[in-house]
Amino acid sequence: MKAPRFSYVRAESLAQVLGLLAEHGDDARILAGGQSLVPVLNMRLSQPKLLIDINRIAALKGIAVQGDVVRIGALTRHVEVMNSQIVARRLPLIAEAMPHVAHVAVRNRGTFGGSIALADPSAEMPACILALGASLVVESTRGRRVIAADDFFLGLYETAREPDELLVEVLIPAQKPDHVSVFMELSRRHGDFAIAGLACYARFHEQMVQEARLVYFGSETKPTLAAGAMRAITGKPWSQASREAACAALADDLDPIDNTFGSPATKLHLQRVLTQRALDKANERATERATERATVQ
Amino acid sequence: MSLEETLPITLTVNGERVARSAPVRQHLVDFLRMELGLTGSHIGCEHGICGACSVRVDGAVIRGCLMLAVQADGADVVTIEGLTESEEIADLQQKFVERNALQCGYCTPGMLMTAAELLKQGGPATRDDIRTFMSGNYCRCTGYHAIVDAIETTLNARMRR
Repeated sequence: MKAPRFSYVRAESLAQVLGLLAEHGDDARILAGGQSLVPVLNMRLSQPKLLIDINRIAALKGIAVQGDVVRIGALTRHVEVMNSQIVARRLPLIAEAMPHVAHVAVRNRGTFGGSIALADPSAEMPACILALGASLVVESTRGRRVIAADDFFLGLYETAREPDELLVEVLIPAQKPDHVSVFMELSRRHGDFAIAGLACYARFHEQMVQEARLVYFGSETKPTLAAGAMRAITGKPWSQASREAACAALADDLDPIDNTFGSPATKLHLQRVLTQRALDKANERATERATERATVQ
Repeated sequence: MSLEETLPITLTVNGERVARSAPVRQHLVDFLRMELGLTGSHIGCEHGICGACSVRVDGAVIRGCLMLAVQADGADVVTIEGLTESEEIADLQQKFVERNALQCGYCTPGMLMTAAELLKQGGPATRDDIRTFMSGNYCRCTGYHAIVDAIETTLNARMRR
């Protein structure tokens, strides 16, 4: 179908965007990559009065290292994140997840910040930044504030961003050398919406899980930190007993959505399968890294 | 009903400078097809799933139905007509014919636009790589085997050159 009528402003500065957001709030939508907004307009599921196109605001683009933190501008396109050497070296979890983000043509246009601000339940980037403990910087005419990823995702397409605020950048702590990460997802076709998925950031020592952050997405209404499963495996060797304990705890941690991709029971099963595969892989990566270190010394 | 809001835009399409006024809600492929008569880019789903509307904007393949025409102001747009004329993918198009990599042809312009980006990046690519790269383009007639064949043989032939 064709999009309904709306007004359109091609913003030339951040101040202009914030002014328009202050004036129009929820009646306006930010047009970044448009890879989720334009389909919704074309299907007439949303009828905003005003689109604020932020694509010309260079200050919102780019990837930079600031000490132990990687700063990714909200308007940075997925393809730029995917090809970034900074991301490959310092944020391997995001590098591993990026090929799963839709398809080539969508990654060429879609933005890192747009995916996070929209908070689609099957999106990869919200899960990754939650696993890595990132912070989100939002701005409005009222000022600038920083929101921890743990506090940002509130529900289905619901975030802590206020209607007059713009997500301007994401601050992601570089992955620590003693940590490993694993990203896995299941979808019907490569690049399609994930049915179940997991972002894992963990520290192992001689097969023992010292720390682990497990974030589940696809099956849930929002990226979900599995506190119970994390507790169940931490401080123990990664073993059959831990596999079973993690799977048991997931029954309480997760509350899968019932939709055409499968029943809650199916999705819980798939997340359990992914949990075991991902932690096996994490353990393997940790062991490899320990071996490399021993060889160097 | 309020009047249709329009904006003047100037862009390059297949090497030619174009200046028009476009409704702000019109997507790029409708603009190319209806304003410029470039009907090689097809409209399938209009929500970014099928890939039939793929066009190249500033050197990268994108979904033509998910970009507004007014956003293409100042951009360099190449459609299947331009790609054909420049002969950039003449070898690929020949392989599509030889391998019967199309039946109804509706998805073909989009397939070629996406495959052109893979060829531009250069090889090597396995059949799995090709399938993954092409995963955002739907064919509803023949399946993908012959399409992958055509792309693979073109890629290999170019690497030998």
